[in-house]
Amino acid sequence: MKMRGYVLRKLGQTVLTIFVVLVFNFFLFRIMPGNPVRILIRNPKISAEALQRITEQFGLNQSKFVQFGYYLRDLFTGDLGHSFVYRKPVLDVIMEKLPPTLLLTGTATILSIIIGVILGVIFAWKRGSKLDVAGLSLSLVLYSMPSFWVGILMVMLFAVYWPIFPIGGMSVPGTYYATIWSQLGSLLRHMLLPTVTFALILIGEYVLIMRNSLLEVMSEDYMLTARAKGVSNRNLLRRHALPNAMLPMVTLIAMNLGFIVGGAIQVETVFSWPGLGRLMYTALMGRDYPLLQGIFLFVTVCVVGANFCADLLYRYLDPRVKS
Amino acid sequence: MLQTQTRKDRFTLLKKNLSTFWGVYRENTMGIAGLVILLFFALMALVGPHLVTYTGEIEGAEMVLQPPSAAHWLGTDDLGRDVFAGVVVGSRISLLVGLAATVISMVIGAIIGIAAGYYGKTVDTILMRFTDIFLVIPWLPLMLVMAALLGPSLGNIIFVIGITGWAGTARIIRSQTLSIKERPYVERARAIGSGDLHIMVHHILPNVFPLIFANTILVAAVAILSETTLSFLGMGDPTRMSWGVMLHFAFEMGAVSFGAWWWLIPPGVCVVLVVLGFTFIGYALDEVLNPKLRRR
Repeated sequence: MKMRGYVLRKLGQTVLTIFVVLVFNFFLFRIMPGNPVRILIRNPKISAEALQRITEQFGLNQSKFVQFGYYLRDLFTGDLGHSFVYRKPVLDVIMEKLPPTLLLTGTATILSIIIGVILGVIFAWKRGSKLDVAGLSLSLVLYSMPSFWVGILMVMLFAVYWPIFPIGGMSVPGTYYATIWSQLGSLLRHMLLPTVTFALILIGEYVLIMRNSLLEVMSEDYMLTARAKGVSNRNLLRRHALPNAMLPMVTLIAMNLGFIVGGAIQVETVFSWPGLGRLMYTALMGRDYPLLQGIFLFVTVCVVGANFCADLLYRYLDPRVKS
Repeated sequence: MLQTQTRKDRFTLLKKNLSTFWGVYRENTMGIAGLVILLFFALMALVGPHLVTYTGEIEGAEMVLQPPSAAHWLGTDDLGRDVFAGVVVGSRISLLVGLAATVISMVIGAIIGIAAGYYGKTVDTILMRFTDIFLVIPWLPLMLVMAALLGPSLGNIIFVIGITGWAGTARIIRSQTLSIKERPYVERARAIGSGDLHIMVHHILPNVFPLIFANTILVAAVAILSETTLSFLGMGDPTRMSWGVMLHFAFEMGAVSFGAWWWLIPPGVCVVLVVLGFTFIGYALDEVLNPKLRRR
């Protein structure tokens, strides 16, 4: 299939997915029991006239179809509604909390990929050894742990019993830093524990996939040929095995995005990290529906978009799919 | 007469298959370990709540947040309740939610997978597009949003976990159905005039069933983890103690900074053990059912 046709087909799928999510999001928040205005206003003593006026103002007396039109129009102008708790437009709140989340998840993802690939290569190379078995068992146990619980264990160990790290947050409230370096140092101290926790949660899968992918590649005929030609172990690994074994990792990283988002909600909640994940928890606790809906939409569109990019990247990287 | 004869034959065959299966399974250390773990927790959930008292009443201020002692094996929580009793009582809800949600996921996954694989063409395209959409949407935010809107109750949390966890199963069952529907006996059934529904229920379902069963084990592990996570994030029914609800209260009441490890560690360890138990059995089944992996 031609590259252009492929891109268009994938783009179509992506747009369709986003549209389904929009429809789902729209109806989900309208099947709630009770009058949406009452939930929106959250004042049980509201008068009948005021209720009527607000119903008209939000277009809630129109048909569902017209309402959906309004909803789409608002979305495309970046209007995701107003947060109950923050008393600000939802999009503003999200944008404010986005950088800390990107910092935390980005660092943790890169860290876990690098370490995961290295460990996966070592385990595959020493297949069946004690190290391999120990590593696999540890990955399995980590995989069985609820992510937030790993975080709780880390806080208890390294911030309560052995207080070498702050218990949470991104900085000490009310502190003024003399230099940018002391501010950076404080940020690093706050960041280390949540980042390590996050990386621990993610690493197991990368190790397993890298190990299995490399084992598969190593059993291929061309590896035997290379060995027969007298290629050194080091070159065998670096030039012949790794480039092909790395391919499934690209797909995995994209497929894992949903899991990373789930991890961010849990890790940020445990560590009081002021990002999108903790924002979602606050929205849940405060029953801040517009904010909740906004975060869900934002996150889903990001994940779907990233998957689209990964599909294209994979096709570009793997010449076998092109033909 | 003929009917009973077939029944009897079928029964003998089943018995023979099961004993062969058990013979191979018994050799698998991981499989036996998983089975023992799950039996232990099943026993705890069935019998345990009758043996302990977890009234939820305040026992007195001096009994609040006590570390483990002879009277309270796992200490007490912020209301002076016995943590050990809470863990035992919680096992029932945690396992119930996990298993009920798994059943929902498997039923939806099997129906969509078999229908897509059997009918093919447009039905297949539509159903698989739909499945892909479910696979790509981040699962935790989706479950949280649904749970928040429906309100915290036991039925809702089961529904939310069940309705979001079927997509992977549907994909696997579809590919198996694709190969089964090409087999001669399906063609013969069609030739003698069997309807689509009859073929799907009597010829396809029995043949994908081992696959459904093996997949159930892994889906159950994920469902238990989901229950814990959703409840921890405050979406569980606060009146029905589960391991996740217990961890939620412990976290909200500041057990972490208080250093009340006896309140935070035991429920988490239970979750990890149950999930490991399911995973072990999953690996063992894979080895037993897939002869390529079997060691000789």
